[in-house]
Order: sequence, then C-alpha cells, then structure tokens
Amino acid sequence: MSEVYVITSGKGGVGKTTTSANLGAGLALQGKKVVLVDADIGLRNLDVVMGLENRIVFDIIDVIEGNCRLKQALIKDKRYPTLHLLPAAQTKDKDAVTPEQMRKLCDQLREDFDYILLDCPAGIEQGFKNAVAGADKAIVVTTPEVSPVRDADRIIGLLEAAEVRSPLLVLNRIKPKMVERGEMMSLEEVTEILAIDVLGVVPDDETIVISTNRGEPAVADPNSFAGQAFRDIVRRMLGETVPLMDLEANTGFFSKFKKLFSKA
Amino acid sequence: MEWLSNIFKPKQKSSSVAKDRLKLVLMHDRANCSTELLEMMKNDILQVIAKYMDVDEASDLDINISTETNDNNEPVPVLYANIPIKNMRKRKP
Repeated sequence: MSEVYVITSGKGGVGKTTTSANLGAGLALQGKKVVLVDADIGLRNLDVVMGLENRIVFDIIDVIEGNCRLKQALIKDKRYPTLHLLPAAQTKDKDAVTPEQMRKLCDQLREDFDYILLDCPAGIEQGFKNAVAGADKAIVVTTPEVSPVRDADRIIGLLEAAEVRSPLLVLNRIKPKMVERGEMMSLEEVTEILAIDVLGVVPDDETIVISTNRGEPAVADPNSFAGQAFRDIVRRMLGETVPLMDLEANTGFFSKFKKLFSKA
Repeated sequence: MEWLSNIFKPKQKSSSVAKDRLKLVLMHDRANCSTELLEMMKNDILQVIAKYMDVDEASDLDINISTETNDNNEPVPVLYANIPIKNMRKRKP
C-alpha cells in the first residue's frame, strides 16, 4: 500500500525542499521505491538540490498535458536505484495544474511506488491546494521562529479543512546552544503552540549547505549531524520507534560540565 | 523610580517572549478562521437564553473572541457576547 505525503510549511525558506530530498533519498536507502514530485511549478528546485538538474527532459506539466508518458518524465537517480524524481516545469505557473489532475497523477504513481513525496510550494494559494489534493498524509516543516510557526499553524488549519488528517511536525534548523540560553524556542515550546505530533527535530548544520552545494543529500553522509536526524525520521516513517536525537551531544564539554553542577 | 525596578527585574528570555507573542497572535488567527463555528455557537446561545427571557433578535448581536489579561498578567482568550434583552421575564405563550 503506497503512501502519498505532502511536505509543506506555508512560509518559504524553512527547508521543505531539503526535507523532501533527504527523506526521499533516506527512504530509498532503506530499499523503498520512492518518487519525489516537485509541485513547485515555476520555481523548480528539487532537481538542483538532488543534483539531477542536467537530466531533465520532460516535466510534470508534460505528463499532465499528455506530451509524454509518465515513465518518460521520471528521472532515475543512479546513486539510489529505487529513487525517482518528477521535476516541476520552470516556464509555467501554478495555475497550469488543477487539483483533479494532481489527484489523478498521484493515483497513477501509486501503482509503481511505495512512497510518493510531494514538495509543496510556499504559500496557501493554488500551488498548495494542488499539492494537498493528491496527499493522504502531511509533513509540516517549520523553524523555531515566530513567523514560520505562525504560518505552520495556518497550514495545519488548512490541511484539516482539506481533510488531510493528523499532520506531523519536522522542526528544522534548531540551534541547541541558543535553546539552552533561552534565546530560541525549544521543541516543547513549539509543540505546545502547534499541538501536533512530532516526526523529528533537525539541528542547524553546515553540512546541509555543503551537501546542497554538491547536490548530494546529507542523509547519505554518515558524518552529518542533520543527516542523522533525517535517517531517524525515515525510520519513524517506516514505523520504528526512534527516540528524538540528543541535540546536546554536540554542545561543548563546558556546557555539560555546567549542567552537571546546576542539577546538584 | 520605575527605572530602579527595571534594573532589578530579571529580563524575560526571548524564547518565552516569542512563545507568549505567538500564543496571542494565534488566538486571533484561529478565531478568524472559525467564523462559521462562532455563528453556530451564536445561534445555540441565543436559543438557550430565549428560553428564559425575551431576546431582541432584531438588533445586532455581538459575539466574538477577544483577549484579556488574567491576574498573572498573562493573556487569556475570552468569549465576549453582547445580547440585548427586551424583557427580563419571558411571557408565557
């Protein structure tokens, strides 16, 4: 039974595409048949994050308009044999697709894949409505700041209205040292506000910038701290119980020392 | 003398400032989202009150959710209802 996830956030720039790329590659590393669908028509990006930008021939609009068969538009990722990408069109805009067409496309993809991950555009307009139309489940990505959290709350309301039940939270780009100082909202504070289940926490990590520069998802890098967080999320998606990452493991010796005494 | 208390008052951490501000703004956002719910509630409240007294249904009934501060100076949501009454005692039909 295949599962269709929409990865959404409301606000732009919080890490939807990075999350999509890493979860897609992570699920493929676990042997699952995965297709990443870039639903951000007009602002295509998942292809460069995945390092597949040179291999695009057809895109999602070509499939919907019948210019090619679905199989022709799917790009097979050579590094992960079970991972495919359906790229967005760069020249059209969001109105080029209808929710009905998106639903049909997802149903077609269900026949061949275990996981269909839809990378949703920012905003709450047509592009969001299209991406949500085909989805069974939702992952809401946010960072621990006021505007992304506010937008995430709005998105959670809209998902509810679209009957995509019980969305899961990925809290991205958390800085453990700032949380420790009380200068950044913690996971507990964010979940207290948003009141949804947590799928994972991803630390702010330079390796994400580096891996995106190279077009190689961090989830495949055993030395990446954020990559580890994404690997944990993948295992949770597969039904395993994985404890949330100990983010303090990466803070310095002195802070641990200080903590030891503050507990006494 | 206010400056003196300002010096000694511990400054609230920015993360809890963020949390408090978000709670308040989301209270408004969520209330705006559920005008339908508010409308349904308004009708139910009216029905109950109309059992006991004469409500002036012709005039504009005002029901909304706003915020007030409680004793600890924290913002809390309040349901505000302004229902004009024609007659305190319901006339027997």
